[in-house]
Amino acid sequence: MTGWPDAALGAVAGVSVLLGVIGLVTYVTLLERKFAARMQSRIGPYRVGPHGLLQPIADAVKLMMKEDVVPRNADRRVFSIAPVVFLIPCILIFATIPFAPGLGVADLNIGILFFLAVSSMEVVGLFMAGWSSNNKYALLSAMRAVNQIISYDLPFLMAALVPVILAGSLKLGEIAAAQDALWFIAYPVLGQLGFIAYIIASVAAENRVPFDILEAESELVAGFRVEYSGMKFALIQLGEYAHVLGTSFLGALLFLGAWAGPGPEWLGPVWFILKALLIFLLITWIRWSFIRIRVDQILQISWKLLWPVSLVLVIATAITVVIRSSTGG
Amino acid sequence: MLTAADVRSRLATLDGVTIAEGDSPLTVTVPAAQWATIATRLKDEMGFGFFSFLSAVDWKEEGLEVVAWIDNTDARLSVVLKTRLGAGGTTCPSLAEVYRGANWMERECFDMFGISFEGHPDLRRILLPDDWVGYPLLKLYDVDTPYPPYR
Amino acid sequence: MATDLTPRVTTELDYAGAERLTMNMGPQHPSAHGVFRAILTLEGETVVGVDAVIGYLHRCHEKLAETLAYVQYPSIASKTDYVAAMTSELAYVMAAERIAKIEVPKRAEHLRVLVAELQRVASHCLWLGTWCMDMGGALGGGATIFLYCIRERELVLDLFEKLTGARLLYGFHQVGGVRYDMPEGFAADCRQTIDLIEARLLEYEAMLEDNTFFLMRTKGVGVISRQLAEEVGISGPLLRASGVDFDLRRDAPYSSYQDFQFKVPVETDGDCLARYRVRMVEFRESIRIVRQILDGLPEGPISSRPGVKAVAQVRVPKGETYTRVEGPRGEVGCYLIADGGPKPYRMKWRGASFSNLAVLPFIIPGHSVADVVAIMGSVDPVFGEVDR
Repeated sequence: MTGWPDAALGAVAGVSVLLGVIGLVTYVTLLERKFAARMQSRIGPYRVGPHGLLQPIADAVKLMMKEDVVPRNADRRVFSIAPVVFLIPCILIFATIPFAPGLGVADLNIGILFFLAVSSMEVVGLFMAGWSSNNKYALLSAMRAVNQIISYDLPFLMAALVPVILAGSLKLGEIAAAQDALWFIAYPVLGQLGFIAYIIASVAAENRVPFDILEAESELVAGFRVEYSGMKFALIQLGEYAHVLGTSFLGALLFLGAWAGPGPEWLGPVWFILKALLIFLLITWIRWSFIRIRVDQILQISWKLLWPVSLVLVIATAITVVIRSSTGG
Repeated sequence: MLTAADVRSRLATLDGVTIAEGDSPLTVTVPAAQWATIATRLKDEMGFGFFSFLSAVDWKEEGLEVVAWIDNTDARLSVVLKTRLGAGGTTCPSLAEVYRGANWMERECFDMFGISFEGHPDLRRILLPDDWVGYPLLKLYDVDTPYPPYR
Repeated sequence: MATDLTPRVTTELDYAGAERLTMNMGPQHPSAHGVFRAILTLEGETVVGVDAVIGYLHRCHEKLAETLAYVQYPSIASKTDYVAAMTSELAYVMAAERIAKIEVPKRAEHLRVLVAELQRVASHCLWLGTWCMDMGGALGGGATIFLYCIRERELVLDLFEKLTGARLLYGFHQVGGVRYDMPEGFAADCRQTIDLIEARLLEYEAMLEDNTFFLMRTKGVGVISRQLAEEVGISGPLLRASGVDFDLRRDAPYSSYQDFQFKVPVETDGDCLARYRVRMVEFRESIRIVRQILDGLPEGPISSRPGVKAVAQVRVPKGETYTRVEGPRGEVGCYLIADGGPKPYRMKWRGASFSNLAVLPFIIPGHSVADVVAIMGSVDPVFGEVDR
């Protein structure tokens, strides 16, 4: 605008989103812990700062101070790179999300495709971590990760396609704008079913309970990250929460009307964040009330139930849209 | 319904079997050679299917005695089987083929008394480390026996 | 020092030619329930062989008992099954009483049943919590149920604290009776607690049985046939879940169980869900027995040997006996041989968990890794009792 080159502007936007996301993710962990504690009739973190508000910072400092252990027989290079490879796609998904009309790093034409493509890249990092640890638990977990993420990306994609078809655009900004009149979750039948499918598929794609078989601490101890410690562990943790938060933002954008809400226009991003947190809490709620299911059952749910249902849903949405546009409704 | 008197009369016909007074439980002492045969008969013919425990007692110079407790859960009868291995004797037929639960019990017995059960599929120490020396529940084994390299 | 080690033998299914992986589960593992090591042979995710290694917690209680007097040992007996300390104490003192033909006052007998049943409630609370945590993870819904159950267990432990001053290992039983009488207001507290727990049981059932995922994880998993159950000698809820109608409290009444009415739940499926159902009914039956005791507790002395401290006060003549007690995990037995001296000649513990655990190599092959922890949890082993 004021003579700044575009590249510099982009860099500033990118860095500020990155920092914002990292800050948000750290505090989202506190939110989850507090929420879970209330569900379990506990208080949760309370000692560090007022009401435990400084707990995430204390955790971060603790993880930074920890010794960084690399197992003797691990594949050193891959082992060290894996957390970064895992983290990058998890942060990158925020690039396409517009936090208000025109306020984002890059509102691509194919925004949603970019999101889905990048978010499924995390499996590469997972597999690298699991394979290079040279640990049998980690190896099993890595195999499960590949199984699960591949089978849940398809229903995830299908569920995300419902709003895309309704809005008639792949650009996230336009999808959000199309919900000015009616949030897609309120769209009769299709909207609600799509939302449910989206939530299930995203819980599974993020490996959270009840679909957290690759972490499965009661069987595989901690799965692919069993050998990680210190900052590398922190990066994996950060990536995981960033991914959850990213899908929550996408869900809020696709189904809950993004930044739409009462009040002046500058409140838009606030509304957006609140809606995203709402979806995050929904996912958390599911996490802390279900028990984990087996790997074969997870694949069955995906291929025999969720995938056909979401496919039918997409076809029904397409038919509805065609009929409505031909009748001029 | 099977009664204690039935079991008593059926077992009394067998050679070398002595049955002590008292019905709950029936205390049956058998020769070691017939140990597995009589257990099989009790299980297959009289429905004593529940295997409670198997252990041994060290009667010092009189030798070792193996004890097993089995139940008939329908008729609610219990039988204690006992056999003497004789002074210095450490072999006994295995019940692992008759009662699958005897597998671990006999391993424990081997672990603690050094009784080798003939016909046991997998006789090795169970509670103590594989390199333990001696059999702790023998009366000759001193409580303070050192375990090198530990004290 | 070291002798030749025999190679590990595993129970194996047909070898399909696929690549195998040997995986150690334990001794340090989140769902080892203590220290248990299972050497699993895997083909992909399926377990084809398992070798259970136990003994990490072995303290040779049986040798120890030969060196301690009848008065001394009961307080150590509780350390075998430390989750249900009351049961193992009871088994030992009953054995000594039976050989010495020591009368136990009526009030003491009723108090013994009272603590045994409260202990069952506490122990089942812990079982439900840890089992759900095994299946649901410490960072998921399992932890939620775990914390709810621990909350209820604490209430029962509070009761025990009021009664004995201890929360885990009580030393409540002694030869000839019990050591402590009920303090003032105990009955009212006890009633309040069991009412609360009974109401909350409904919450657990709603949370678990109405949950499809729970049913998916437990139904048809780890089936123990009736014959296998009897042959291996598994007991307690596991035996009754496999269709054997056998409960020592009813079929071989000890202490004063013949005075109370209760149902013995039996399920025939033999899977994890059946074991869960049996235990949920047992919760309620235990509460029912506790109510009956509180309603009709007889007055009188609590011990025929009050204040037993000196070794000379308990004289046990020559004799042998086997007493069996229906603990929360099944038959806890004490085979005692007395030679007339101040100490037992031989004492054998029959730990319920030892036999219950011995069934694992027979049922785990063919299941997936995730089921191993579900089956382990449904067996509810306490390693203090397995290793003794």
